Amino acid sequence: MWRVVLLLLVFALPVRAQGGFEAALPGLAGGFAQQAEAVERLGAIGDPRAVPILRALAEGRMQKRADGGLLIVEGGAVRDALTGAAAEAGEVVRINNRVRGALRGAFGRLQLLSPDPAERIAAAEGLFRSRSPENVSLLEDAVGRETDPAIRDRMTLALAASRLAAPEDVAKRQGIVVLGGTASAEARGLLLEARAANPALAAEIDAAVAAIDTRLQLKRVAETAFQGLSLGSILLLAALGLAVTFGVMGVINMAHGEMVMLGAYTTVLVQELCRGVPWLAPLSLPISVPAAFLVTAAVGVALERGLIRHLYGRPLETLLMTFGVGMILQQGVRLLFGAQNREVVSPSWMQGTLLLPGGIEVTQNRLWIILFSLVVLGLTVAAIRFSRFGLEMRAVVQNRRIAATMGIRTGRVDAMTFAFGSGIAGMAGVALSQIDNVSPNLGTGYIIDSFMVVVFGGVGSLAGTMIGALTLGVVNKMLEPWAGVVLAKIAVLVGIMLFIQRRPKGLFALKGRAAEQ
Amino acid sequence: MRDGRLYLDGVSVVFDGFRALNNLSLIVEPGELRAIIGPNGAGKTTMMDIITGKTRPTAGTVSFGDRDLTRLDEATIANLGIGRKFQKPTVFDALTVFENLELALKAPRDPWSCLRWRLSGTARRCIEAVLEEIGLAERADHRAAILSHGQRQWLEIGMLLMQDPKLLLVDEPVAGMTDQETEHTAALLRRIAGSRSVVVVEHDLEFVRALGEKVTVLCEGSVLSEGSIDHVQNDPRVVDVYLGR
Amino acid sequence: MSASITLGGRLRPAPGTILRGLLLAGLALLALLPVLNRLPPDAALYVSDFVVAVSGKWICYAILALAIDLAWGYAGILSLGHGAFFALGGYAIGMHLMRLIGPRGVYGHPVLPDFMVFLGYTELPWYWQGFQFFPFAFAMALIVPGVLAGVLGWLAFRSRITGVYLSIITQAMTYALMLAFFRNDMGFGGNNGFTDFKELLGMPLNTAGARAALFYAALASLGASLLLCRHITKSKLGRVLVAVRDAESRVRFLGYDTTAVKLSVFVLSAMLAGLAGALYVPLIGIINPGEFSPGNSIEAVVWVAVGGRGTLVGALLGAFSVNAIKTWLTSFAPDLWLFVLGGLFVAVTLLLPRGIVGLLQKGPGR
Repeated sequence: MWRVVLLLLVFALPVRAQGGFEAALPGLAGGFAQQAEAVERLGAIGDPRAVPILRALAEGRMQKRADGGLLIVEGGAVRDALTGAAAEAGEVVRINNRVRGALRGAFGRLQLLSPDPAERIAAAEGLFRSRSPENVSLLEDAVGRETDPAIRDRMTLALAASRLAAPEDVAKRQGIVVLGGTASAEARGLLLEARAANPALAAEIDAAVAAIDTRLQLKRVAETAFQGLSLGSILLLAALGLAVTFGVMGVINMAHGEMVMLGAYTTVLVQELCRGVPWLAPLSLPISVPAAFLVTAAVGVALERGLIRHLYGRPLETLLMTFGVGMILQQGVRLLFGAQNREVVSPSWMQGTLLLPGGIEVTQNRLWIILFSLVVLGLTVAAIRFSRFGLEMRAVVQNRRIAATMGIRTGRVDAMTFAFGSGIAGMAGVALSQIDNVSPNLGTGYIIDSFMVVVFGGVGSLAGTMIGALTLGVVNKMLEPWAGVVLAKIAVLVGIMLFIQRRPKGLFALKGRAAEQ
Repeated sequence: MRDGRLYLDGVSVVFDGFRALNNLSLIVEPGELRAIIGPNGAGKTTMMDIITGKTRPTAGTVSFGDRDLTRLDEATIANLGIGRKFQKPTVFDALTVFENLELALKAPRDPWSCLRWRLSGTARRCIEAVLEEIGLAERADHRAAILSHGQRQWLEIGMLLMQDPKLLLVDEPVAGMTDQETEHTAALLRRIAGSRSVVVVEHDLEFVRALGEKVTVLCEGSVLSEGSIDHVQNDPRVVDVYLGR
Repeated sequence: MSASITLGGRLRPAPGTILRGLLLAGLALLALLPVLNRLPPDAALYVSDFVVAVSGKWICYAILALAIDLAWGYAGILSLGHGAFFALGGYAIGMHLMRLIGPRGVYGHPVLPDFMVFLGYTELPWYWQGFQFFPFAFAMALIVPGVLAGVLGWLAFRSRITGVYLSIITQAMTYALMLAFFRNDMGFGGNNGFTDFKELLGMPLNTAGARAALFYAALASLGASLLLCRHITKSKLGRVLVAVRDAESRVRFLGYDTTAVKLSVFVLSAMLAGLAGALYVPLIGIINPGEFSPGNSIEAVVWVAVGGRGTLVGALLGAFSVNAIKTWLTSFAPDLWLFVLGGLFVAVTLLLPRGIVGLLQKGPGR
C-alpha cells in the first residue's frame, strides 16, 4: 500500500490530491479500521487542511451528523469540518489505540510536507529524536521533495538516525556514514549510543565519531575566529577615528567615545523620523550612515576650532579638556533622550543567522558589521592616500611650517582632519547601535579599548590599527572560554602593557628621525 | 686604553634603510679640542647621539676609556664624564640660573641623596665661580626662562662645567649668536679644553678657525677629511662637497 | 627661610602669605568642627553631623589631591589611575573592618564575612589572612598601592612611556581593576563591596566619639602628608622632579637616572593615595568597586588642576573647593553637576592653566 501512496504523492497533481482529501474524509466517521485507514490516507495525501481535522479527532472534539457529515467543536461552537459553517451538535466520534497510532504517524508526515518551513524543520527534529525505522521511506520521500537545503540537511540527518535504528546492517551502515559526515553533537551522541548495541559495527562507528569530532573542533575554531573578527571589527570601527585624530594629528580626544555615542543617537533619530514614511522606513539604517558622519563631523569641527586648537602641543591638557567635553556631551544626551536604553530596530536583511558549510553559524548583523568596518577602513585609506585633502593632511603632519608656506591652510586642514576622524567615530556609532544598547554612556565602554588598539597597533599607522584591532578581538575571544569575559579582558590589557615594554611604539612603529619628534 | 680617550670604529647607523652613519671611525685623545664640520645630513648630530647613548649603533665599536658605550644608558654615560650641549639650548626654565647649575653639580644622583642634599660652602663657591665664568653672576636668582638666547647657551655650557666632564660634546654653540658673543664662546671653549677633551660640531667656519685646532669633515656619515683648518679647506673633496660639483 | 629665598630655592614665586594664612586658618577651622558638633543643636555655632562627615571625606580627598599633585604637578606624571590606589588602600582597611565584624554578621559565622557565607566559601581565602591585625591591614593599605605603582611605573618608565601614553595605561589599570573587583569570585564582595562595619581599634564606629577620632586621624594625616610633600618639593629632589617634568631627556644627560627618580615619587604618591583611601573607608562606612571607576580618578585630577598644580596649596584648595561645589550642587540640581564638572575641565585647561593659585598670584610676578 505504501508504494501506491508514494506513487500517488510523487505524481499526483494538486487537484487530484484535493479530490483524494475529500474522498478520504468520510472514512473518519466509520469503524475503527476504516478510521485508521482514512487517517493514513490523509497523512499520505499531505493536504494541510487535514491538520485541524485530525487534531480534532485526536483531541475528541470531532462529532458526526446522522448523515455521516463531520463536525468540529471549536471553543464551544460546533462547525462543519469542511465548510466551517455553524452546525447543530452531533454524536462524538470515538477512536481506539490503533487510530491513535495512525494519527501520530499522519501528523509527522503532514508536518514534514507542510508548506511552512518551520513546521517541516520541527517535523524533521521530531523524527530525528524518535528515530524509528518505520519513518525511513517517509523521510526518503520528503528528502527527495525538499527544496530548502538547510531543511533537507535536517531531514537527511533524521533519515540516517532512523536507518541506524533499522534491523538490517546495510541500512545501519548507510546511517553511520551519513551521521559521520555531519558536524553535529547530537549525531555523535546517537552514534555512541548505537555503539553499545552494535558491537559488530564498532570500528565504523568509532571512525564516524572521530570524523565528527574533527569537524566539531573545526567548527569551534571557525566560530571563535568569527566572533573574534566580529569583536575586532567593532574595535576597528571605534579605533579608526582615533587613529586619525590621535595617530595622525597627535590630538588625544577623550570625547571620542561620545562621538561614537552621538552617531548611535543619530541612528535612533533617523529611525524615528523615517518611521512615519513607509517607503523610507527600511532605508533608515543606510541613511543613518552619512547622517551620523555629518553630525559627528560637525561636532568635531566645533570642538577642534572652538577648543582643541588652543591647546596644541599640550597633550595632557587636551586629554583633560576633551574628557570634560565628553562629560558634557554625555550629560546633555542623557537629559535630552533620557538615561534609559533606546531601541534601534535592525532591518530584516540584517537579522537572523547564516549557516555556513560545516554547520558554522554566523549572525547576519555581525557579518554586516565586519563588512562595514572593512569598507570604512578602505574609504579612510583611500581618502588619506588619494584625495587632495589626504595629501594636504599628510603634508601638514610631516611639516606644518613648510606646508603653510606652500599655501596650505593648516588650520583648515586641522579642522577637516578632526572632522574626518570624528565622522568615522559617528559611523562606528551606527554599527554599534545594531549590537549594543544605545545609552548615553555607550562610548565609555569603547574608549579605553580603542586607545589600547591604537597604542598596540602603532600610533600613526592605519595598517597597525587594523591588525591591532583584529588581533585583540580574536585573542580576547580565544581567551574567553578559559578565563571568562572579565579575566580575558584583563589578560589582554596586561598583555598590551607587557607588549609595549618590548615595542614601546607598537606593532607598526614609525622609525627614523620623524619618529623622534 | 688610555683614560678618557674617545674611540669610534666602523660605526654605522641605519634608520629604515637610510644610513645616517656609514662606517665612521674617529679618535679623540684626552685634552684634545676637535672641531667637526660637515654639510646638513652628514651625521654630526647622530654621531653625538651615538656617543651619549641616545641612539644605538647598528654596527661598530664606541668606547670611552675602557668602557663600551653601546651598552650603557644616557645617565650612566653622563656619569662616566661625558657631557653634552644640545644644538637647541635646553635649560630648566622653571628653575633659577643658580638651581640649574646646582642640578648639574657633580654629586650623588640617586633620589635619596637628592632628598638629603644640603648645599655646602665648597659647592656654593664652585657654583659661584662658574657663574662668574659664564658671566651670569648677576642673574643667579632669576628664572632661566627670562634669559636671552646667548645667555642660555652659556648657562648650558656652565652646566657642563659643573658636571666636570672628561669629554665635552658641544653641538653648534654659536648658532644665533652675535659676533661678540661668538668670540666670547670661542675663548670659553679654549679655556675649558686642555684640562679635558672637547668635540665641537659647528657650521660657522670662522668660529672653527678661531678655535684653531684639528678639524674633521664629515660627509654622508663618514670621515671625508681630517687636519688643520687650512688643510681641509684646500682639500678638493671638501671643496666639492661644500660648493657642489 | 630668608636664606633659602636668597638662594633662589623657590620653584615658583612663593605663594602669597595671604594664601598660606588662608590655608592654616582653614585647617584650624576644620580642627574645630568636631568640637562644635558637640554643642547643643540650638547653639549658634553648632555644626551638624552631616557637615563633620562631609568635611572628613574632603580631608581624605585632599590627601589624594596632594598625592596626584606630587606626581603630576611636580614630576609631570599624569596618572589617571590614582583612584585605584585610593580604592586599594580602602579595600585593605575594609578587609580589616570586615574581619572585626566576626560573629555579628547576618549569618553569624565566627570568621567568614557575610558575603563569603552567602557565596558558599567554607574557609577564608589565603589573602585574607593577617587582616585581623590592624597594623598589618594598615601597612597593606600603603604597601599594596606602592607595589602596584612600583611594578607599573617600573615597566612604564623603563621603556620611556611618558605623557598621554602613561595616562592611558594608568586609566586602563584602574579600569581592569574595576572589572576584577566587580567579580564575586575575587573574594572582595563583588559589586556590593564591604559595608556594615562595626568597630575599629576597639571603638564602635557609630558613636560621635569614633567619628571625631577618625576625623582627627584624617586631619593629622593630611598635615603630615603636607609636611612630607613640602619637604620633598623644597629639596633638591623637588628641583630634579621639576626638571624631569620640563625636560626629561636633558636631566638624563646630566647623569640622573630619571627612571629611579620618577619611580620613587610615583610609588610615594600611590602610597599617599592608599593612605587617603584607608582613612576614607572607616569614615564613610562603605567601599565598593565603583571607587575604581576611571571617572573618579580623572575627577581627582581636576581638583588639582582647578586649585593649581605644582603648588601644594593649590591641591588642597582644589580638593576642597571642587568638592564643596559638588556637595552643594548635587543636593539641589544633580543634573547640573556633570555639566559644571565638564565645564571645569574645559575652563581650567583653556583659561586657567595654573588654577586658582595662578589667578591669585597674578600681578607682581617676576
